[in-house]
Amino acid sequence: MAEIVLTVNGEEHRLDVDVRATLLDVLRERLDLTGSKKGCDHGQCGACTILLDGMRANSCLALAVAHDGAEIVTIEGLAENGELHPLQAAFVEHDAFQCGYCTPGQICSAVGMLGEVEKGWPSNASPDLTAERSDLTDDEIRERMSGNICRCGAYMNIVPAIADAAE
Amino acid sequence: MRPFEYERASGPAGAVAALRERGDGAMYLGGGTNLVDLMKLGVETPSTLVDVSKLPLREIEERGDGGLRIGAAVRNSELAGDRVVRERYPVLALALLSGASGQLRNLATVGGNLLQRTRCSYFQDVSKPCNKRSPGSGCPAREGDHRNLAIIGHSPACVATHPSDMAVALAALDATVEVETEDGTRTIFVREFHRLPGDEPQRDTVLEPGDLITAVEVPPLPFGARSTYRKVRERASFSFAVVSVAAALDIADGMVRDCRLALGGVAHKPWHAARAEEALRGRPATEESFLAAADAELEQAEPLRDNAFKVPLARAVIARTLLELSAA
Repeated sequence: MAEIVLTVNGEEHRLDVDVRATLLDVLRERLDLTGSKKGCDHGQCGACTILLDGMRANSCLALAVAHDGAEIVTIEGLAENGELHPLQAAFVEHDAFQCGYCTPGQICSAVGMLGEVEKGWPSNASPDLTAERSDLTDDEIRERMSGNICRCGAYMNIVPAIADAAE
Repeated sequence: MRPFEYERASGPAGAVAALRERGDGAMYLGGGTNLVDLMKLGVETPSTLVDVSKLPLREIEERGDGGLRIGAAVRNSELAGDRVVRERYPVLALALLSGASGQLRNLATVGGNLLQRTRCSYFQDVSKPCNKRSPGSGCPAREGDHRNLAIIGHSPACVATHPSDMAVALAALDATVEVETEDGTRTIFVREFHRLPGDEPQRDTVLEPGDLITAVEVPPLPFGARSTYRKVRERASFSFAVVSVAAALDIADGMVRDCRLALGGVAHKPWHAARAEEALRGRPATEESFLAAADAELEQAEPLRDNAFKVPLARAVIARTLLELSAA
Protein backbone atom coordinates (compact mmCIF):
# COMPACT_ATOMS: atom_id res chain seq x y z
CA MET A 1 0.00 0.00 0.00
CA ALA A 2 1.07 3.58 -0.56
CA GLU A 3 -0.37 6.91 0.47
CA ILE A 4 -1.05 9.31 -2.38
CA VAL A 5 -2.84 12.60 -2.91
CA LEU A 6 -4.98 13.13 -6.01
CA THR A 7 -6.92 16.25 -6.92
CA VAL A 8 -9.94 15.05 -8.83
CA ASN A 9 -12.37 17.52 -10.37
CA GLY A 10 -11.01 20.18 -8.02
CA GLU A 11 -11.33 18.12 -4.86
CA GLU A 12 -8.29 16.83 -2.99
CA HIS A 13 -8.26 13.20 -1.88
CA ARG A 14 -5.73 11.53 0.41
CA LEU A 15 -5.80 7.81 -0.29
CA ASP A 16 -4.07 4.59 0.72
CA VAL A 17 -3.82 2.62 -2.49
CA ASP A 18 -2.60 -0.82 -3.49
CA VAL A 19 0.44 -0.15 -5.69
CA ARG A 20 -1.20 -2.31 -8.36
CA ALA A 21 -4.24 -0.03 -8.59
CA THR A 22 -4.59 2.00 -11.75
CA LEU A 23 -6.04 5.50 -11.76
CA LEU A 24 -9.13 3.97 -13.35
CA ASP A 25 -9.54 1.54 -10.43
CA VAL A 26 -9.11 4.34 -7.90
CA LEU A 27 -11.58 6.66 -9.63
CA ARG A 28 -14.24 3.99 -9.99
CA GLU A 29 -13.80 1.84 -6.89
CA ARG A 30 -12.57 4.31 -4.29
CA LEU A 31 -13.98 7.67 -5.36
CA ASP A 32 -17.20 6.30 -6.86
CA LEU A 33 -16.58 8.23 -10.08
CA THR A 34 -17.91 5.59 -12.44
CA GLY A 35 -18.12 7.85 -15.50
CA SER A 36 -14.70 6.70 -16.69
CA LYS A 37 -15.27 3.23 -18.10
CA LYS A 38 -13.27 0.04 -18.09
CA GLY A 39 -13.50 -1.24 -21.66
CA CYS A 40 -10.52 -3.26 -22.83
CA ASP A 41 -8.32 -2.42 -19.80
CA HIS A 42 -5.29 -2.49 -22.13
CA GLY A 43 -5.15 1.03 -23.55
CA GLN A 44 -6.73 0.05 -26.84
CA CYS A 45 -10.32 1.34 -26.60
CA GLY A 46 -10.06 4.73 -24.90
CA ALA A 47 -13.20 4.33 -22.73
CA CYS A 48 -11.08 5.14 -19.65
CA THR A 49 -9.67 8.41 -21.05
CA ILE A 50 -9.28 11.18 -18.45
CA LEU A 51 -7.41 14.47 -18.32
CA LEU A 52 -4.24 13.88 -16.32
CA ASP A 53 -2.38 17.08 -15.46
CA GLY A 54 -4.21 18.68 -18.36
CA MET A 55 -3.39 15.99 -20.93
CA ARG A 56 -5.67 13.19 -22.11
CA ALA A 57 -4.45 9.79 -20.95
CA ASN A 58 -5.60 6.18 -20.65
CA SER A 59 -6.32 5.81 -16.92
CA CYS A 60 -6.28 2.01 -17.22
CA LEU A 61 -2.53 1.98 -17.89
CA ALA A 62 -1.55 4.61 -15.31
CA LEU A 63 -0.59 3.20 -11.93
CA ALA A 64 -2.11 5.50 -9.28
CA VAL A 65 1.02 5.36 -7.13
CA ALA A 66 3.07 6.78 -10.01
CA HIS A 67 0.74 9.78 -10.26
CA ASP A 68 0.87 10.98 -6.67
CA GLY A 69 0.07 14.70 -6.66
CA ALA A 70 -1.71 14.63 -10.02
CA GLU A 71 -4.58 16.90 -11.05
CA ILE A 72 -7.29 14.86 -12.72
CA VAL A 73 -10.46 15.84 -14.53
CA THR A 74 -13.02 13.17 -15.38
CA ILE A 75 -16.30 13.37 -17.28
CA GLU A 76 -17.98 14.23 -13.94
CA GLY A 77 -15.85 17.37 -13.68
CA LEU A 78 -16.46 18.93 -17.08
CA ALA A 79 -19.80 20.67 -16.47
CA GLU A 80 -19.59 24.03 -14.72
CA ASN A 81 -22.35 25.64 -12.62
CA GLY A 82 -24.89 23.19 -13.95
CA GLU A 83 -23.95 24.01 -17.57
CA LEU A 84 -22.78 21.16 -19.76
CA HIS A 85 -19.30 21.50 -21.24
CA PRO A 86 -19.62 22.55 -24.92
CA LEU A 87 -18.47 19.08 -26.01
CA GLN A 88 -21.07 17.39 -23.81
CA ALA A 89 -23.75 19.68 -25.25
CA ALA A 90 -22.54 18.96 -28.79
CA PHE A 91 -22.67 15.18 -28.22
CA VAL A 92 -26.29 15.53 -27.04
CA GLU A 93 -27.17 17.86 -29.88
CA HIS A 94 -25.70 15.53 -32.52
CA ASP A 95 -26.87 12.28 -30.91
CA ALA A 96 -23.22 11.23 -30.95
CA PHE A 97 -23.69 7.89 -29.19
CA GLN A 98 -25.88 4.83 -29.07
CA CYS A 99 -25.17 2.77 -25.95
CA GLY A 100 -23.08 5.54 -24.40
CA TYR A 101 -20.36 3.33 -22.91
CA CYS A 102 -17.52 4.95 -24.84
CA THR A 103 -18.95 8.47 -24.52
CA PRO A 104 -17.19 9.72 -21.35
CA GLY A 105 -13.86 8.64 -22.85
CA GLN A 106 -14.76 10.15 -26.23
CA ILE A 107 -15.63 13.49 -24.63
CA CYS A 108 -12.61 13.67 -22.32
CA SER A 109 -10.40 12.67 -25.24
CA ALA A 110 -11.94 15.37 -27.44
CA VAL A 111 -11.36 18.00 -24.73
CA GLY A 112 -7.70 16.99 -24.55
CA MET A 113 -7.42 16.76 -28.32
CA LEU A 114 -8.72 20.31 -28.83
CA GLY A 115 -6.10 21.49 -26.32
CA GLU A 116 -3.41 19.78 -28.42
CA VAL A 117 -4.69 21.52 -31.56
CA GLU A 118 -4.63 24.81 -29.64
CA LYS A 119 -0.95 24.20 -28.81
CA GLY A 120 -0.21 23.81 -32.52
CA TRP A 121 0.56 20.09 -32.32
CA PRO A 122 0.17 18.40 -35.71
CA SER A 123 -1.25 14.94 -36.34
CA ASN A 124 -0.42 12.22 -38.83
CA ALA A 125 -3.24 13.63 -40.99
CA SER A 126 -1.91 17.20 -41.01
CA PRO A 127 -1.04 18.36 -44.54
CA ASP A 128 1.62 20.74 -43.19
CA LEU A 129 3.71 19.51 -40.29
CA THR A 130 5.12 22.97 -39.59
CA ALA A 131 1.84 24.93 -39.67
CA GLU A 132 1.17 27.15 -36.63
CA ARG A 133 -2.16 25.43 -36.20
CA SER A 134 -3.93 22.61 -38.05
CA ASP A 135 -7.38 23.11 -39.57
CA LEU A 136 -9.66 20.69 -37.81
CA THR A 137 -10.95 18.83 -40.87
CA ASP A 138 -12.94 15.61 -40.51
CA ASP A 139 -9.78 13.68 -41.45
CA GLU A 140 -7.90 15.44 -38.65
CA ILE A 141 -10.65 14.63 -36.13
CA ARG A 142 -10.72 10.96 -37.17
CA GLU A 143 -6.95 10.63 -36.91
CA ARG A 144 -6.66 12.49 -33.62
CA MET A 145 -9.54 10.51 -32.09
CA SER A 146 -8.35 7.08 -33.26
CA GLY A 147 -7.60 6.04 -29.67
CA ASN A 148 -11.33 6.03 -28.89
CA ILE A 149 -13.32 3.12 -30.26
CA CYS A 150 -17.12 3.15 -30.54
CA ARG A 151 -18.49 -0.34 -31.02
CA CYS A 152 -21.93 1.03 -31.88
CA GLY A 153 -20.27 2.87 -34.73
CA ALA A 154 -21.60 6.33 -33.87
CA TYR A 155 -18.60 7.94 -35.55
CA MET A 156 -20.74 9.64 -38.18
CA ASN A 157 -22.28 11.75 -35.41
CA ILE A 158 -19.21 11.94 -33.15
CA VAL A 159 -17.12 13.65 -35.83
CA PRO A 160 -19.64 16.48 -36.48
CA ALA A 161 -20.24 16.89 -32.72
CA ILE A 162 -16.53 17.51 -32.16
CA ALA A 163 -16.27 19.75 -35.24
CA ASP A 164 -19.23 21.77 -33.97
CA ALA A 165 -17.84 22.16 -30.45
CA ALA A 166 -14.44 23.17 -31.83
CA GLU A 167 -15.91 26.20 -33.60
CA MET B 1 -1.34 -8.48 -11.50
CA ARG B 2 1.34 -9.89 -9.18
CA PRO B 3 2.26 -7.78 -6.11
CA PHE B 4 5.43 -5.69 -6.34
CA GLU B 5 7.35 -3.07 -4.40
CA TYR B 6 7.29 0.50 -5.66
CA GLU B 7 10.04 3.06 -5.34
CA ARG B 8 10.36 6.49 -6.89
CA ALA B 9 13.90 7.19 -8.11
CA SER B 10 15.65 10.25 -6.71
CA GLY B 11 17.86 10.87 -9.77
CA PRO B 12 19.45 8.90 -12.64
CA ALA B 13 22.35 7.64 -10.50
CA GLY B 14 19.95 6.91 -7.63
CA ALA B 15 17.74 4.95 -10.01
CA VAL B 16 20.63 2.78 -11.18
CA ALA B 17 21.69 2.15 -7.57
CA ALA B 18 18.11 1.35 -6.53
CA LEU B 19 17.62 -1.10 -9.37
CA ARG B 20 20.85 -2.94 -8.60
CA GLU B 21 20.06 -3.02 -4.89
CA ARG B 22 16.60 -4.47 -5.54
CA GLY B 23 18.09 -7.30 -7.57
CA ASP B 24 17.06 -9.36 -10.57
CA GLY B 25 13.32 -8.85 -10.57
CA ALA B 26 13.43 -5.05 -10.47
CA MET B 27 12.42 -2.98 -13.48
CA TYR B 28 12.20 0.70 -14.36
CA LEU B 29 8.77 2.24 -14.85
CA GLY B 30 8.41 5.01 -17.43
CA GLY B 31 5.04 5.97 -18.87
CA GLY B 32 3.84 2.41 -18.26
CA THR B 33 1.89 2.10 -21.50
CA ASN B 34 3.63 -1.13 -22.44
CA LEU B 35 4.93 -2.40 -19.08
CA VAL B 36 1.66 -2.06 -17.13
CA ASP B 37 -0.14 -3.80 -19.98
CA LEU B 38 2.39 -6.66 -19.90
CA MET B 39 2.04 -6.89 -16.11
CA LYS B 40 -1.74 -7.26 -16.50
CA LEU B 41 -1.11 -10.05 -19.02
CA GLY B 42 1.34 -11.76 -16.67
CA VAL B 43 4.13 -11.43 -19.24
CA GLU B 44 6.14 -9.18 -16.93
CA THR B 45 6.21 -9.95 -13.21
CA PRO B 46 8.61 -7.44 -11.65
CA SER B 47 9.38 -7.74 -7.94
CA THR B 48 10.01 -3.99 -7.77
CA LEU B 49 9.22 -1.03 -9.98
CA VAL B 50 11.69 1.83 -9.79
CA ASP B 51 9.71 4.78 -11.15
CA VAL B 52 11.84 6.98 -13.42
CA SER B 53 8.95 8.79 -15.10
CA LYS B 54 9.34 11.90 -12.92
CA LEU B 55 13.11 12.24 -13.22
CA PRO B 56 14.24 15.64 -14.51
CA LEU B 57 14.90 14.26 -18.02
CA ARG B 58 12.15 16.11 -19.81
CA GLU B 59 14.06 18.75 -21.80
CA ILE B 60 14.55 18.97 -25.55
CA GLU B 61 17.76 20.96 -26.01
CA GLU B 62 19.21 22.36 -29.22
CA ARG B 63 22.92 21.64 -29.48
CA GLY B 64 25.42 24.17 -30.79
CA ASP B 65 26.09 21.94 -33.81
CA GLY B 66 22.42 21.94 -34.84
CA GLY B 67 21.62 18.57 -33.32
CA LEU B 68 19.16 17.80 -30.53
CA ARG B 69 19.41 16.24 -27.10
CA ILE B 70 16.12 14.71 -26.02
CA GLY B 71 15.58 13.75 -22.39
CA ALA B 72 14.46 10.15 -21.85
CA ALA B 73 11.31 11.21 -19.97
CA VAL B 74 10.08 13.53 -22.74
CA ARG B 75 6.64 12.30 -23.74
CA ASN B 76 6.19 11.03 -27.30
CA SER B 77 3.55 13.70 -27.97
CA GLU B 78 5.80 16.51 -26.71
CA LEU B 79 8.61 15.40 -29.01
CA ALA B 80 6.30 15.14 -32.03
CA GLY B 81 4.92 18.60 -31.26
CA ASP B 82 8.33 20.23 -30.85
CA ARG B 83 8.82 22.93 -33.45
CA VAL B 84 12.51 22.19 -34.08
CA VAL B 85 11.79 18.48 -34.56
CA ARG B 86 9.00 19.27 -37.00
CA GLU B 87 11.18 21.62 -39.01
CA ARG B 88 14.54 19.82 -39.00
CA TYR B 89 13.54 16.18 -38.59
CA PRO B 90 10.04 15.66 -40.04
CA VAL B 91 10.83 11.93 -40.25
CA LEU B 92 10.99 11.79 -36.46
CA ALA B 93 7.81 13.82 -35.87
CA LEU B 94 5.91 11.70 -38.43
CA ALA B 95 7.18 8.41 -37.00
CA LEU B 96 5.99 9.46 -33.53
CA LEU B 97 2.63 10.68 -34.84
CA SER B 98 2.03 7.43 -36.69
CA GLY B 99 2.47 5.39 -33.51
CA ALA B 100 -0.19 4.51 -30.92
CA SER B 101 -2.97 7.01 -30.12
CA GLY B 102 -3.10 10.59 -28.81
CA GLN B 103 -3.70 9.54 -25.22
CA LEU B 104 -0.97 6.87 -25.29
CA ARG B 105 1.57 9.29 -26.78
CA ASN B 106 0.86 11.66 -23.87
CA LEU B 107 1.97 8.98 -21.39
CA ALA B 108 4.69 7.16 -23.33
CA THR B 109 8.29 8.32 -22.86
CA VAL B 110 11.17 8.42 -25.33
CA GLY B 111 13.20 5.95 -23.25
CA GLY B 112 10.24 3.62 -22.87
CA ASN B 113 9.48 3.75 -26.58
CA LEU B 114 12.94 2.32 -27.33
CA LEU B 115 12.40 -0.43 -24.77
CA GLN B 116 8.92 -1.56 -25.75
CA ARG B 117 8.51 -5.26 -26.36
CA THR B 118 7.35 -7.04 -29.47
CA ARG B 119 3.62 -7.36 -30.11
CA CYS B 120 4.07 -10.95 -31.38
CA SER B 121 0.87 -12.63 -30.16
CA TYR B 122 2.75 -15.63 -28.74
CA PHE B 123 4.97 -13.38 -26.63
CA GLN B 124 1.88 -11.71 -25.17
CA ASP B 125 0.06 -14.97 -24.39
CA VAL B 126 1.50 -16.72 -21.33
CA SER B 127 -0.32 -19.96 -22.19
CA LYS B 128 1.91 -20.34 -25.27
CA PRO B 129 5.61 -21.18 -25.57
CA CYS B 130 7.88 -18.27 -26.51
CA ASN B 131 11.67 -18.14 -26.46
CA LYS B 132 11.63 -14.42 -25.85
CA ARG B 133 9.38 -14.63 -22.79
CA SER B 134 10.45 -18.06 -21.58
CA PRO B 135 13.87 -18.97 -23.05
CA GLY B 136 14.06 -22.51 -24.38
CA SER B 137 10.29 -23.05 -24.54
CA GLY B 138 10.12 -22.82 -28.32
CA CYS B 139 8.77 -20.52 -31.02
CA PRO B 140 5.25 -21.36 -32.23
CA ALA B 141 5.31 -18.32 -34.54
CA ARG B 142 7.79 -19.96 -36.90
CA GLU B 143 5.15 -22.49 -37.99
CA GLY B 144 2.10 -20.60 -36.73
CA ASP B 145 0.81 -17.07 -37.16
CA HIS B 146 3.73 -15.05 -38.49
CA ARG B 147 2.02 -13.04 -41.18
CA ASN B 148 3.18 -9.78 -39.62
CA LEU B 149 6.56 -10.94 -38.28
CA ALA B 150 10.15 -10.64 -39.48
CA ILE B 151 11.51 -11.14 -42.99
CA ILE B 152 15.12 -10.16 -42.26
CA GLY B 153 17.59 -11.13 -39.54
CA HIS B 154 15.37 -13.62 -37.71
CA SER B 155 16.67 -16.82 -36.13
CA PRO B 156 15.29 -20.30 -35.51
CA ALA B 157 14.61 -19.12 -31.94
CA CYS B 158 12.60 -16.00 -32.74
CA VAL B 159 10.89 -14.29 -35.67
CA ALA B 160 9.47 -11.31 -33.77
CA THR B 161 9.60 -7.70 -34.97
CA HIS B 162 10.40 -4.57 -33.01
CA PRO B 163 7.23 -2.48 -32.74
CA SER B 164 8.61 1.06 -32.43
CA ASP B 165 8.13 3.65 -35.17
CA MET B 166 10.24 6.28 -33.38
CA ALA B 167 13.24 3.95 -33.27
CA VAL B 168 13.10 3.47 -37.05
CA ALA B 169 13.35 7.22 -37.56
CA LEU B 170 16.19 7.41 -35.01
CA ALA B 171 18.05 4.60 -36.81
CA ALA B 172 17.74 6.51 -40.08
CA LEU B 173 18.98 9.68 -38.36
CA ASP B 174 21.92 7.80 -36.79
CA ALA B 175 20.95 8.95 -33.30
CA THR B 176 22.70 7.82 -30.13
CA VAL B 177 21.32 6.66 -26.80
CA GLU B 178 22.86 8.02 -23.62
CA VAL B 179 22.83 5.45 -20.84
CA GLU B 180 23.54 5.80 -17.12
CA THR B 181 25.32 2.69 -15.87
CA GLU B 182 26.85 1.55 -12.63
CA ASP B 183 30.21 2.74 -14.00
CA GLY B 184 29.10 6.09 -15.36
CA THR B 185 27.65 7.24 -18.65
CA ARG B 186 27.99 5.43 -21.95
CA THR B 187 26.73 6.18 -25.42
CA ILE B 188 25.31 3.62 -27.83
CA PHE B 189 24.30 4.11 -31.48
CA VAL B 190 20.58 3.46 -31.97
CA ARG B 191 21.59 1.22 -34.88
CA GLU B 192 23.52 -0.96 -32.43
CA PHE B 193 21.16 -0.56 -29.49
CA HIS B 194 18.65 -3.25 -30.46
CA ARG B 195 19.83 -6.81 -31.12
CA LEU B 196 18.99 -9.49 -33.63
CA PRO B 197 17.45 -12.46 -31.81
CA GLY B 198 20.16 -15.08 -32.45
CA ASP B 199 19.90 -17.69 -29.71
CA GLU B 200 19.11 -15.12 -27.02
CA PRO B 201 15.82 -13.57 -28.14
CA GLN B 202 15.01 -12.67 -24.53
CA ARG B 203 17.50 -9.81 -24.93
CA ASP B 204 15.97 -7.05 -27.04
CA THR B 205 18.83 -4.59 -26.57
CA VAL B 206 22.50 -4.46 -25.61
CA LEU B 207 21.66 -2.87 -22.23
CA GLU B 208 22.96 -4.59 -19.10
CA PRO B 209 20.75 -5.02 -16.03
CA GLY B 210 20.44 -1.69 -14.24
CA ASP B 211 21.36 0.47 -17.25
CA LEU B 212 19.07 3.49 -17.52
CA ILE B 213 18.41 5.48 -20.70
CA THR B 214 18.77 9.17 -19.85
CA ALA B 215 18.69 10.82 -23.29
CA VAL B 216 18.70 10.39 -27.03
CA GLU B 217 20.95 12.58 -29.16
CA VAL B 218 20.12 13.29 -32.77
CA PRO B 219 23.06 14.58 -34.80
CA PRO B 220 22.61 17.47 -37.23
CA LEU B 221 21.45 16.44 -40.70
CA PRO B 222 21.67 19.30 -43.23
CA PHE B 223 19.09 17.65 -45.49
CA GLY B 224 16.90 16.52 -42.58
CA ALA B 225 14.06 18.79 -43.69
CA ARG B 226 13.73 16.55 -46.76
CA SER B 227 12.82 13.46 -44.78
CA THR B 228 9.66 11.52 -44.15
CA TYR B 229 8.14 8.42 -42.59
CA ARG B 230 5.73 6.18 -44.43
CA LYS B 231 3.89 3.47 -42.56
CA VAL B 232 1.81 0.71 -44.11
CA ARG B 233 -0.61 -0.92 -41.72
CA GLU B 234 -3.83 -2.87 -41.72
CA ARG B 235 -5.99 0.12 -40.83
CA ALA B 236 -5.56 3.85 -41.25
CA SER B 237 -4.57 4.69 -37.69
CA PHE B 238 -3.62 3.25 -34.26
CA SER B 239 -1.99 0.08 -35.56
CA PHE B 240 1.52 -1.36 -35.74
CA ALA B 241 3.47 -1.31 -38.98
CA VAL B 242 3.31 -4.09 -41.53
CA VAL B 243 6.18 -2.28 -43.23
CA SER B 244 7.44 1.23 -42.61
CA VAL B 245 10.14 3.37 -44.17
CA ALA B 246 12.09 6.27 -42.66
CA ALA B 247 13.98 8.19 -45.32
CA ALA B 248 15.96 11.37 -45.90
CA LEU B 249 17.29 12.44 -49.26
CA ASP B 250 19.89 14.94 -50.43
CA ILE B 251 19.66 15.62 -54.15
CA ALA B 252 21.82 17.88 -56.30
CA ASP B 253 21.48 18.17 -60.09
CA GLY B 254 19.18 15.17 -60.22
CA MET B 255 21.69 12.95 -58.45
CA VAL B 256 21.47 11.44 -54.97
CA ARG B 257 24.27 13.12 -53.05
CA ASP B 258 23.40 11.45 -49.75
CA CYS B 259 20.55 9.57 -48.12
CA ARG B 260 19.32 7.88 -44.95
CA LEU B 261 17.06 4.86 -44.96
CA ALA B 262 15.67 2.55 -42.29
CA LEU B 263 12.82 0.02 -42.25
CA GLY B 264 10.27 -0.93 -39.60
CA GLY B 265 8.09 -4.01 -39.29
CA VAL B 266 10.63 -6.25 -40.98
CA ALA B 267 13.09 -7.31 -38.26
CA HIS B 268 13.81 -7.80 -34.57
CA LYS B 269 15.33 -4.32 -34.61
CA PRO B 270 14.80 -1.09 -36.52
CA TRP B 271 16.50 -2.03 -39.76
CA HIS B 272 19.13 0.41 -41.00
CA ALA B 273 19.12 -0.13 -44.77
CA ALA B 274 22.87 0.34 -45.24
CA ARG B 275 23.04 -1.60 -48.52
CA ALA B 276 20.26 0.49 -50.04
CA GLU B 277 21.97 3.71 -48.92
CA GLU B 278 25.20 2.52 -50.49
CA ALA B 279 23.44 1.63 -53.73
CA LEU B 280 21.78 5.04 -53.88
CA ARG B 281 24.67 7.42 -53.28
CA GLY B 282 25.85 9.00 -56.50
CA ARG B 283 23.00 7.53 -58.54
CA PRO B 284 20.37 9.46 -60.50
CA ALA B 285 17.31 10.27 -58.39
CA THR B 286 14.98 8.11 -60.48
CA GLU B 287 12.47 5.38 -59.80
CA GLU B 288 14.85 2.91 -61.40
CA SER B 289 17.61 3.76 -58.89
CA PHE B 290 15.18 3.67 -55.99
CA LEU B 291 13.93 0.21 -56.95
CA ALA B 292 17.51 -1.00 -57.45
CA ALA B 293 18.42 0.30 -53.98
CA ALA B 294 15.41 -1.49 -52.47
CA ASP B 295 16.47 -4.69 -54.22
CA ALA B 296 20.01 -4.34 -52.90
CA GLU B 297 18.62 -4.27 -49.36
CA LEU B 298 15.89 -6.86 -49.73
CA GLU B 299 18.18 -9.40 -51.38
CA GLN B 300 18.97 -10.62 -47.88
CA ALA B 301 15.30 -11.14 -46.96
CA GLU B 302 14.30 -14.64 -45.87
CA PRO B 303 10.54 -14.47 -45.62
CA LEU B 304 8.56 -17.07 -43.73
CA ARG B 305 5.70 -19.14 -45.17
CA ASP B 306 3.04 -16.44 -44.80
CA ASN B 307 4.88 -13.13 -44.94
CA ALA B 308 6.66 -13.19 -48.30
CA PHE B 309 4.26 -10.42 -49.36
CA LYS B 310 6.30 -8.04 -47.22
CA VAL B 311 9.26 -8.21 -49.62
CA PRO B 312 7.54 -6.67 -52.67
CA LEU B 313 5.58 -4.42 -50.30
CA ALA B 314 8.78 -3.06 -48.73
CA ARG B 315 10.28 -2.67 -52.21
CA ALA B 316 7.33 -0.62 -53.39
CA VAL B 317 7.12 1.47 -50.22
CA ILE B 318 10.85 2.27 -50.32
CA ALA B 319 10.64 3.39 -53.96
CA ARG B 320 7.43 5.35 -53.44
CA THR B 321 8.79 7.14 -50.37
CA LEU B 322 12.03 8.09 -52.11
CA LEU B 323 10.12 9.23 -55.21
CA GLU B 324 7.94 11.47 -53.07
CA LEU B 325 10.98 12.91 -51.33
CA SER B 326 12.76 13.53 -54.62
CA ALA B 327 9.76 15.47 -55.88
CA ALA B 328 9.43 17.50 -52.65
